[in-house]
Order: sequence, then structure tokens, then C-alpha cells
Amino acid sequence: MCLAIPGKLTEIYQKDTLRMAKIDFGGIAKEICLEFVPEAELGDYALVHAGFAISLMNETEAQENIQLIQEVSRFDDEVS
Amino acid sequence: MEICGGQTHSFLRHGLDALLPSQIELVHGPGCPVCVTPLEQIDKAIAIASRPEVIFTSYGDMLRVPGSSTDLFSVRAKGGDVRVVYSPLEAVQLAEAHPDKEVVFFAIGFETTAPANAMAVLLVQRKGITNFSIITAQVRVPPAIEAILQAESCRVQGFLAAGHVCAVMGFHEYLPITEIFQIPIVVTGFEPIDLLQGLYATIRQLEAGQAQVENQYQRAVSQQGNTAAQQSIQQAFQPVDRKWRGIGTIPKSGWGLRPELATFDAELKFEVQNLLSQESPLCIAGEILQGLKKPWHALPLAKNVPRKTRWVPLWSPRKGPARPITGTIDKISLDIESPSPQGRDNNYNKNQELWG
Repeated sequence: MCLAIPGKLTEIYQKDTLRMAKIDFGGIAKEICLEFVPEAELGDYALVHAGFAISLMNETEAQENIQLIQEVSRFDDEVS
Repeated sequence: MEICGGQTHSFLRHGLDALLPSQIELVHGPGCPVCVTPLEQIDKAIAIASRPEVIFTSYGDMLRVPGSSTDLFSVRAKGGDVRVVYSPLEAVQLAEAHPDKEVVFFAIGFETTAPANAMAVLLVQRKGITNFSIITAQVRVPPAIEAILQAESCRVQGFLAAGHVCAVMGFHEYLPITEIFQIPIVVTGFEPIDLLQGLYATIRQLEAGQAQVENQYQRAVSQQGNTAAQQSIQQAFQPVDRKWRGIGTIPKSGWGLRPELATFDAELKFEVQNLLSQESPLCIAGEILQGLKKPWHALPLAKNVPRKTRWVPLWSPRKGPARPITGTIDKISLDIESPSPQGRDNNYNKNQELWG
């Protein structure tokens, strides 16, 4: 339930009075809300939960997170 | 005790529990909003979702959770308009697209999810939408930790705090808890290396006789947390006494709608406040959520459940929490007894001896 994953902001725009963004999760694009991270800029990495960015990460931290997820995923594939 | 069900899932999925020395016991805490949503709220949701004028929206994991007599999936199977959404904003969009319908959102979650739920209500208010309401079952972590520590039977010696709850709320709320109860709390992420670091930090504190809040998840969490998200919660909700499934009421442990936003309260709108709910006497959810029993202790009890309603309450020992299981008791037993890492079998046997 409380899982959140990092992705890269590729487009920022206003919609319905809310600041929204397109975010790239390793090739999958989703629309998310940026209201809780007003300082977010294009190219930033955001931790997303329930359609909302709840925290920003710098690129090094986000890549570390993504790499950890990918490593575990590869390991799971090998095991299964 | 790891607070978050996501952490429990990660521990079990990656077999970390099997790698630990026997002196360290992981106790799975009440950190799954699906598991702790009280039966009464699920029954109210089912009653509302069954109405013909309602589009009922929810995160997917609530649909299989059993109420007193049925669940939301069954409501949908019988023709109810029950839809899974990824974000509460999708529910708001549905309300705009269907002005002839009443759209209701099941607002469950811990502090990680509460800001999103809050934003949906604030947006609806701002836009003057009148056919949207929420049924709330939101819970707060710090009062739950205090309740666990105040219990006479408490065996917990340290907490791994839920990283994403703290991404929103920060960890300043935990500082007085460590001081009053003299217990280490380590804010921890969800990847295997995060969890092992969190455990290491907790054990290091215990061995040094310390009781502090440490932040293992610095890449996502700061002490003050996300103040914009906190403001949204404050604008839409206020702390209320909240019942936790199997545990009972914990003072100020929930987020309820502020009185000025009562028009968005689905319980009032559809007059379901006084529904009678009947929890199964076999339910040991409370003892599991407080770390006093293990999920597999529910299985022998499940054999007494009538075949027609063959649910095993809320946990799968191999897959972690928040995964209600359907199927025959035989299949479930096979699932547990199928080959698994040796260490996990040892843990299973050890706990079987411990708890009988």
C-alpha cells in the first residue's frame, strides 16, 4: 500500500488548477500531481505514491534506487 | 518490529528473514491500512457500493477484504459499479464525467496516502463538485506505536519506521516516543539493502544501550518531512479516535474529515453510520497486528470457516500481509508446506514451538 517508486519528470503543466507532470518510470509514462513538491523542475526525479509526488531525489540517489530495484528484479528472474 | 506491510513483504519476498541469526525475530506490525481497516468501514463501503446511483472507487487492494458477509468484488460481480483507481484524482474525474451519478472514494491509507486523499477533497470543494464524497479509514502511525508499547504483553525492542510515511510526515513525531519508552526507532526504506541497514542500526543501538531516532532512508526522508503534503492533510482532516481491525479504538489514531467538509462525508450522505457489523469470533487479527501471534496461527482457525465463505483472514505467511487468500484450505496448506528456504522453515518451526 505505501510503496512509492522514483521516476523522471519529462513534462510539467497546469491542469484543473493543479500542477501536474508526465513522469517516466523506466519507459512507462504516467501523469502525476506535483502539488506537494512545488520546487520540482523538469528533469528532477520524484518518488510517487497514489498519483502524487511525495518527495524529490537527486539523480544519483534516484539512479541508486532504480538500480537496486532492477538488480533485485533480475535476481528474481534468475531464481524463478 | 517493522511497521509497514511493504517492508514485511520485502523481507519475506527476498528471504531476508531466513538469513538472520536466531536471536533476531522480525515482528510484523500493524502497518497495512488494508489489514487494519475496521470491519464497520468495509461494511459501510459495501452498503454504499451496492446502491444503483453510486460509482464506488477504491484502490485495488481493498476489493477482496471481507466484510461481515461479502466483499466489494462480489458487489461488482452482482452488477455494482465498483472501479479500481490508481489515484483519488481519477475518482474526481469520474465525478465530473458522470454528473448524474454519485462517486464515492474509499479513502484508506496511512500518512503516505492521506495527502492525496486530502487533495481530492480540496479540489472537489474548489471546483464546486457536489456528487463526490469519501468514506474515510485513514490511520496515523505514532499513536499505534505508542499503543503497542503501552501493552503489557509488548515484546518489541526496536522499530523500523515506515520510510514513505516519514517522507510525508518527517520523523519529529517519533523523537518523544524514543525518549519516553527508551526504544530505538530507525526510519527505513524498502529495498533489501535498506532493510538490512535498518536492522543493523537498530541492533547497534540496542547493544550500545541507546534509544534514538535514526534515519536510514535519507535519500527520501528529512526530519521535517513534506510540509506541503502535511498542510493538505491539515486543511482537509483532523485527528480522530479510530478503531483498528482486531485491536480496538486507539485515541487520535485516525484522520477524519474536518467538520466544515462534512458535505463530502459519504457516511453522512448515505446514512450508513449505524450499520451493525459482526466480526468472526475466529479473527485473531489484533494479536497478529500487535506481534503476539504469527499469520500462520490463523490457519487452523480457518478450518472452521464454512466452505461457502472460505477466506483465510488477511495474511499469507509466504507472501506477506495485505493478501487475503481465497481457495480451499488444502491448497493453502500446500502453499505453506511447499519447498522454501531452510532458514524460513527453521523460523516456522521455532515459532510453532514458541506459540504452540
